[in-house]
This record gives sequence, C-alpha cells and structure tokens, in this order.
Amino acid sequence: MRYGEIINRNLERGHFLTKQGELIMSMLSVNNIEVVYNHVILALHGVTLDVEQGKIVSLLGANGAGKSTTLKACSNILPAERGEITKGSVHFDGQNNEGMQPTELVKNGCIQVLEGRLVFRNLTVEENLLSGSFIRENRAQAREDLDKIYTYLPRLAHVKDSIAGYTSGGEQQMLAMGRALMSRPTLMLLDEPSMGLSPQIVEEIFQIVETLNKEGMTFLIAEQNATVALRYADSAYVIENGRVVMKGNAKELLARDDVKEAYLGLGEEGRVNFRDVKYYHRRKPSFS
Amino acid sequence: MWYREAGQFVTNYYQDRRIFPLRFDRWFVAIGLILLVALPTLYGSEYWLSAHMIPLCAVGLATLGLNLLTGYTGQLSLGTAGFMCIGAFGTFNLILRLPDWLINWPTAMLISGIFAGLVGIVFGLPAIRIRGFYLLVSTLCAQYFVWWFFNQYKYFLDYTPSGVVALPEKYYDYFGLSELMGWDMQSYNNRWFIAILFVIGLTYFAKNLIRSSTGRNFMAVRDMDIAASTIGISVPKTKLLAFFVSCYYCGIAGALYSFAYIGNVDLMIYEVDRSFTIMFMMIIGGLGSITGSFLGAIFVYEFPIAFTVLGDYVFAGAGGHAGGGFDSAAVENVSNMAYGIFIIALLIREPGGFGALWGNYKQKLRTWPFPH
Amino acid sequence: MEFDWVYFIEVILGGLMSGVMYSLVAIGFVLVYKSSSIFNFSQGTMLLVASLTFVRMTEGGVNFWLAMVLAMGIMVIMGILTERWVIRPLANQDLLSLFMATVGLATFHEGMAQYVWDADVHGLQLSKFFDLDILRPDPIMIVDHVAWLDILLPRFDIFVSIVAGSMIIALAIFFQKSRTGVSLRAVSDNHMAALAVGIPLSRVWAIVWSVTGVIALISGLLWAERVSVSFTLIEAVMKALPVILIGGLTSIPGAIIGGLVIGVGEKVGEIYFADALGGQGIELWFAYFMALMFLVFRPQGMFGEKIIERV
Repeated sequence: MRYGEIINRNLERGHFLTKQGELIMSMLSVNNIEVVYNHVILALHGVTLDVEQGKIVSLLGANGAGKSTTLKACSNILPAERGEITKGSVHFDGQNNEGMQPTELVKNGCIQVLEGRLVFRNLTVEENLLSGSFIRENRAQAREDLDKIYTYLPRLAHVKDSIAGYTSGGEQQMLAMGRALMSRPTLMLLDEPSMGLSPQIVEEIFQIVETLNKEGMTFLIAEQNATVALRYADSAYVIENGRVVMKGNAKELLARDDVKEAYLGLGEEGRVNFRDVKYYHRRKPSFS
Repeated sequence: MWYREAGQFVTNYYQDRRIFPLRFDRWFVAIGLILLVALPTLYGSEYWLSAHMIPLCAVGLATLGLNLLTGYTGQLSLGTAGFMCIGAFGTFNLILRLPDWLINWPTAMLISGIFAGLVGIVFGLPAIRIRGFYLLVSTLCAQYFVWWFFNQYKYFLDYTPSGVVALPEKYYDYFGLSELMGWDMQSYNNRWFIAILFVIGLTYFAKNLIRSSTGRNFMAVRDMDIAASTIGISVPKTKLLAFFVSCYYCGIAGALYSFAYIGNVDLMIYEVDRSFTIMFMMIIGGLGSITGSFLGAIFVYEFPIAFTVLGDYVFAGAGGHAGGGFDSAAVENVSNMAYGIFIIALLIREPGGFGALWGNYKQKLRTWPFPH
Repeated sequence: MEFDWVYFIEVILGGLMSGVMYSLVAIGFVLVYKSSSIFNFSQGTMLLVASLTFVRMTEGGVNFWLAMVLAMGIMVIMGILTERWVIRPLANQDLLSLFMATVGLATFHEGMAQYVWDADVHGLQLSKFFDLDILRPDPIMIVDHVAWLDILLPRFDIFVSIVAGSMIIALAIFFQKSRTGVSLRAVSDNHMAALAVGIPLSRVWAIVWSVTGVIALISGLLWAERVSVSFTLIEAVMKALPVILIGGLTSIPGAIIGGLVIGVGEKVGEIYFADALGGQGIELWFAYFMALMFLVFRPQGMFGEKIIERV
C-alpha cells in the first residue's frame, strides 16, 4: 500500500489529528462511541478520544464513569460482558475494529490488561507469561522474549515457578503486564493498574510504563488515581457519566483549579471535601 | 407516563418499606390476589384446576424453595424431590396416626415441612466444608437415600401392598367443615383454596425474608462467603438456615403435590427426574428471583403440553393424534428437541431467565415512552 | 465361617473393572470442565448419540472401520456446532447457566437421537468385528493355581482397562506439555483474561468438544458391549458423578482413581453390607455417601485444583 493511499483512506475516516497545522498519525481513535449493556443500560454517551503514537494518554474519572467500558470497546471484548457499541467506531492503526475478534486485534498489536489483573490463578507465573505468547507463530522467539520480560520485571523472576494465585497484588499486576508484553504489542491498554496496590508498588509499575514508553510503546491508561496518572501521562481525558468532560495536556490539567478540586482534593484553602467542591462539572461536555 | 413514582410520597417508615412502592402495583396485586383466591374456588372448572392451576402451585412453591437455597444462598441442590417426598409422607403419616381433633390437612402440612427442614439441615451439614458443584453430592445423596428409605420401610405407607395410597376424603377435611357445611372437601375447588393460600402466604414470607437481614446474609454468603465471615456473618449458621427454610418450602410443596394435585401418595413421583425438573424451572425462571420461580415453573410445566396441542392442531388434517399422522413418540422427541433449543436460546438472550426479563420489562415500563 | 479370600479378591477386582467403566465417562466430563469450567450434563447423551449412530451404521452393513471413522467425524462436527451455537454465545455467563445449557443440550440429544435413529435397544458385540484373543467372551484365568489363588477375570474388562489407560496417558501429556493444553487450562481458569490475551477461545472450545465427542464414542461403545445401546446409557452419567466429585473435577487421573474407588466401594457395599443396612438398592446412595464422606475431608476431591480465592 502506498503512503498516499494510507493518507487518503485515513482522512476519510477522520483518522488524523491536526495540531497547529501538522498532520499527526493517531494510533487509536475512538469516534463518538455509544455503548449499551444488556440492551438497556447506556454506559457511554458519545466518547471521542485519540491516542498518538508513542505517547502515554490517561483516562481519568470516578468509579463507574465509563473508563473500563471505553477500554473494552477498544479491544472488542464488550460482547463477553453483553455490551455492544451501538454508535460510532474505533480505529486502531488505520483499521476499523468493527467485527474483529479480540484475537485478531491482539495479533495486530493492541492488547488490554484488565481491571483487577485477572492472572490465571491456577497456572504458574511462567505458564502465565507463556500464555501471552500463544498468539505468535515463532515459538523460539517467544522464549527469548520471556527472558527479556524477566529483565524488565525482575520481581517475576524470583517467583517464576509459584502458582500465580498466591503471589502478591503487585506481582500479579506485573505478571499481567508481562503477559501482555509477550504478544509484542504496539499499544497497551491498562485498566486501573494502581488498584489495590501500595503507593510504592504503584510508582514501580508506572516506572516500568515509562521505560517501555521510552522504547516506543504507546499507552492508554484508565486510572482513578489522578495524581500518579497525570504525572506520567502526556495528555489526558476526563470521563464523567459516560462522556468526556475535559481533555488536554497532562501538565496543564494538573495545574487547573477545577481538576485539582474535583479529582485531587486540593482547594485554594487546603484539602477539600467532595461535598464542598465548587467546580464540579455536570453534564455539559466541554468539547472544542 | 402513568407508571411512575412521581407524586407518590411516603410519610412514615412503614410506608417506605413497602414491597410495592407504586400505587398502581399495590392495587393491581391486591385485586389480583383476591380474584385469584376467590374465583377458582367458587367457579373453577375441574379441568383447569386439576391439570394446570393446582400443579403449578405445587411446583412453583418447590421452585421457590430451591431458589431460596440455590439462587439466593448459592448452595447447589439436586435433592428437591427427596425433600418434597418427606413433606408428602410426613403429612400423610401425621393425619393417619394422630387423632382428628388434633390434626388436620393444613396443620399437618405446616408440621411436615419441619421434618423436611430438619432432614435438610442434616444433608446441609457438608455444605460447611464443600462448595461449588461438589455440593451436588450431598443433596443427591439425600435424594437417593430418602427414596430408598421410604421404599425400604413400608411402615410409612401403611403397608399398602400396591405401594400407592389413594387419599380418601376425610384427609382433606379441616375444622369439620365436611360435616358442618356439607361441602365436598376433596373437590378441586377446596384443594385450590388451600393450595393458593399456602402459596400466597409462603411467597409473602419469602419476599420479606429476602428483604430482611437474614436474606442479606444469604446473598452475602452466595456472593463471597469468605468476605461475609470477616464481617461477622456466621456462614455455617446461614447456610444451615437456608437449607432449613428451603427444605421447609419443598416439603410443603411436596405435600401439596401429593394431596392437592395427584391425590395419591406415591414414591414414584419423587424421583431424581423431579429434582431436575424443578432445577430447570428455577434456572429458566431466573436464579434469585421470586417472580421468576413461578414464571419458570409455568413455562417448564406447560411447554410439553402446549407443544403437543400445537402439534395436534397443525397436523389435525393428517388424522389427529388418534389416527396416526403424527405418532406420539415422534411428538415427544420433537418436543424434547424444541425444549432443548428453547432453553439454550433463552439462556443466550437473557441469562437471568424470565425473572430478569420481567424485571427488564418493568424497568422499561418505568421509563416508557423513553427507551432508557 | 472362614472368610472367602479368593472371592473377596474377585469382588475387589470386579469392582475395579466396573470402576474403570465409570472412569471412562468421567474423563469426558473432566476434559470439558478442565477447559471451560462447564459441568457437561450432556456427556451421557453424547454417549448415546455416538454409539447409536455407530451401531445403526454397522447394522446397516457398513464396515467397522468406516463406521468408526464416520462416527468420529459426526462427533467432531457435533462438537464444532455445539461450540458455535451453544458455548460461544453463552461464554460470558455464570457457570450455572452453562450447566443448564448442557442440560438443554442433553434434552436435545435425547430427542434427536431417538427421532433420527429410533428408541430400540441395540446389542453390540465387538468380538463380531475382530478376531482378537482379548475380545473372546470367556474369562481369563489371571492367576492359576498359585497357592490358593484362582482368580477369574473377564477378558473384556482387561481390554477396557487398557483402552482407558492409554486414553489417560495421552490426555495427561496433552494438558501438561502442549501449547493447546496450557491454553485450555488458561481458558478454564479465567476465560475473560484468556480472551484479552488473545487466546482463540472458539478454536480451543471447538477442540475440547470434539475430543469429548470422540471420547464419548469410545466409552459409549465399551459400555454398550456391557449394557447394549439404549436409553439407559444416559444413566451412566448419574453413576459417573460421584466418580468425578471424588477424583476432583479438574483431574484426569483423579477420574480414574475415583472410578476405581466407587467401583470397589459399590461392589463391596452391595455384597457385604447390604444385609446389615437393610436390603437391596443401596448401591446408588452408597456411592454418593462414600463420595460425600470423601469430600468432607477433601472438599476439592482427591486431585482437584484447590479453589484459590482472594478477598
């Protein structure tokens, strides 16, 4: 396929962002999707976001806002929870995801690390990691990758023969990420990696994310812990009640008063209780 | 826009705790129940009562019992028919052996439920250690054991040589009404009256049980028993209580099945097949749903009948079912195939069964005419 | 009266052999459960469908090997279709619903098998097809005149044991070593995670159900030799339940050992305890009772995977 064709095809689908006059390739673009569960529960009311290649994008929001749903819509595993995308589309790497099986998406390089880790509890740590590589044809290469993973995640090397269900939360999170890495992805979707982990381990995990990002991996991270997420991300979106209500550069968002009050509990007079928040965004989305 | 809470206010906690918060529901249910009790008792035709309405009471109640155990407390059970059997035999023996002034049919049923409940506790003891599918062993053991027990010790059937006891009229009498009023107490109308009263009463009790802290304990044990024990719920006690209540319901249902529906006390009707049927009813109706229990029972019970009738109707031209256009074995096989397919299709569409469909429907009604 | 040791040993061995028969059915169950956590109630009806198909074909004059191949093919196709139409759409639901779906499937099999073929009883004798020594109907003297041991065993039971043994070894290797085997275990552990990691769920389940179908064919034929092909084959399931529950729902060697335990226990209970406990008919609940006692001490079965939970 020639370069010109790619541009034309993607222009049609609104695949490219324009920033200050430049055309930038977005690796993942979510176009105004509406997601319904069980035919009756509307979870996302029209979410649009873009993830540029090589960046870390953070998806923030409270419990139940729709972060996990957005990620699952991207990796096409909604049907497994009786959900479906009723409007809009998701494009990964230039291709429309519609109708693709999760297996194919993983082969193309998009993989999700689910909320709550979900390691294979009855298998050993090493078997878990290997299971991530079954999607690839070259088995010898997979074995090499295993050693590479152990260098990124040294904690796993210590426990590689233990039963995964008995390892600690932090180790399980690393295991889940390592398992995802075994499929040689280009885009990783992390769903609440900090959930249930101590602050130190959370820092460790995000350091690993940073390291991988420096080597070219793109990340979309859904997080409740806005402090940590905004520190490591390049740009961020804030979701509330199934809509994107804020977006922008992470550093800018971190400096905004309303974000600080609503999500970080930092008001002008010191710590703010959620009951006293002045800048709470209601249903009006601030799209531009 | 008529099915809404808007404009309906409560002024005390009693009103706040009502089972039916909407005025429309309250009226509907009240009138419905009165009609349900009165009309068939006074005017019911024998066919409809005996072939449809009374058996549905019995199996619906059994399904509710099983749902309390499996749907609400998460303990799998395939021993339902065994517990029903205890209820039936218990009722029979109580009326047989105790003097008339002391016991009558409804009282005997209430007491025989306790027997069933106690046996349920015994076979529920393993549930303290065993979880998941493995628990089926205990209730299946109960099922086979109860069956063998009553088969072995003929005393409980009063040594009837045929193994089947046909219940005479005086067993159905209570308060001496047979003599006093000259009514035929064995008639289906009377049987319906007792059956529906028991069903309504027990369902009301079950509904309130579920809404109480006991019910919440059941559900906590179902969802995460380890977490439940850490917040102070006694998991063994809760499980055993669930077994007791569930088997109580199944016992009464069994007594209704024998007395109100069939009219005989017969061991053969309480085999493993019956347990499976009740479990089908529960799953199709929806685990953890009271309304669903009855909807599922209605469906499973009526499906084969409806299918046969439909088959006859469709093939009526080809000679009907006496003539031979459609032989009965073929009908049964096709019915089985259709039944299997239907179960699978329903589970795909709505795993919560009819109960969840009903809940969804009510939810849609609440937001009608808007979609969500 | 002197305790008849020879008879006792024969009873034990007889129990072992009948236990192996139960194990065959149990293996099919375990296979499905191990890979998808589905309690496959239709295992018994699969036995019926498989053996009925085979028997009707051979009665119709089809050559043994051809019938075997065709029957296997049919079971594989059935497995693929089952996965496509029943398992895949229901993949995201809780285990009880899946169990119920298999019950629905069983009802469907029942109706279909008897509609397509018929409801008569068909005898099956493998010895008619082969002239193998092992298949001769007369029993073999296992130990002849050694001290006071004179043990007689039916040849067929030995044959069954060999078949079962080879099946187990093959399956055990498959699960532990091969990629597909580990995928199967991963899928059964948490199919949502397996889906997210890219494991092709549909393909994995299609394989499982096809293999189970073939196992059902083999065990169906062996059972049929004993009890003929008829509706009662389905009741093999009820006997196999305590077997898998003792052995552990996820363990194939457990299925074997569980089968042996139940087989021996049943026979011994029937012959030696029946009088004390009052009469015939105790085998059924005795088997379940044994399983119950066992599970109370080891709630996940002998070799079952421990249920790991984090709160």
